[in-house]
Amino acid sequence: MIGIQHYLVVSALLFVLGILGVLTRRNAVNVLMGIELILNSANLNLVAFSRYGAGNLQGQLFAVFVIVIAASEVAVALAIILTLYRLRRTPNLDEADVLKG
Amino acid sequence: MTASAVVFYIFAAITVGSAAVVVLARSLIYSAFALLFTFFGVAGLYVLLGADFLAASQLLIYVGGILVLLLFGVMLTHKIYELDLRSEVTQFLPGFLIAVGLVMSLLFAIARTQWKVGPGRAPLPTTRDIGLQFMGPWLLPFEASSVLLLVALIGAAMIVRRRPGA
Repeated sequence: MIGIQHYLVVSALLFVLGILGVLTRRNAVNVLMGIELILNSANLNLVAFSRYGAGNLQGQLFAVFVIVIAASEVAVALAIILTLYRLRRTPNLDEADVLKG
Repeated sequence: MTASAVVFYIFAAITVGSAAVVVLARSLIYSAFALLFTFFGVAGLYVLLGADFLAASQLLIYVGGILVLLLFGVMLTHKIYELDLRSEVTQFLPGFLIAVGLVMSLLFAIARTQWKVGPGRAPLPTTRDIGLQFMGPWLLPFEASSVLLLVALIGAAMIVRRRPGA
């Protein structure tokens, strides 16, 4: 029998892989992919609690909002990355040090 | 082991395995395509959880929208003739240690907690109910998120616009 713990474990693994991607990649687009993994893991948790919890739809409604936020976040983040690339000719985050004193 | 358990383990393996490829692959293109399989795996898990509308929107929005945007990002931030789209790894050891500590504590918490399982929701079609909820008690957040999408898209277009003389 698949219980809620199974989904929580999958979601935890997704979350940690996303954190690892955010922490260790230099490329900004790759960091963005890590953030997408984190958002997906949160969504999986919400839907799992919606299924096994009180039995209403609120978790799924929240997941829809998370998807909306993810879409707008990717659009704005890619705009920033493209501007960074135009200014500095690099997609690497650690070379974006214009503000460093 | 029941059939649904087998399907769950297959989708979970697809999701976690391709997420690992996303994070660890040397090439950006490999990462992007592994992300495709992660999104598919998560959509399959949504189907198993009885969230049919969310599974469909996951495929439409993540695979059809966000992944294509990310691929645009990959293509536009590299010279296109550079075949080798490397993405270097930095500070791998501290990141890895943080990730291992985090996964250990999360798994410990999941195993130790007594999860309060409610009556649960039977896997019925959800689209109609979600629509009714959005048009009823959740109308204000729904409208606010539509305004947020509009603002984000206009803002993105403004940010990447080439300013004359800049």
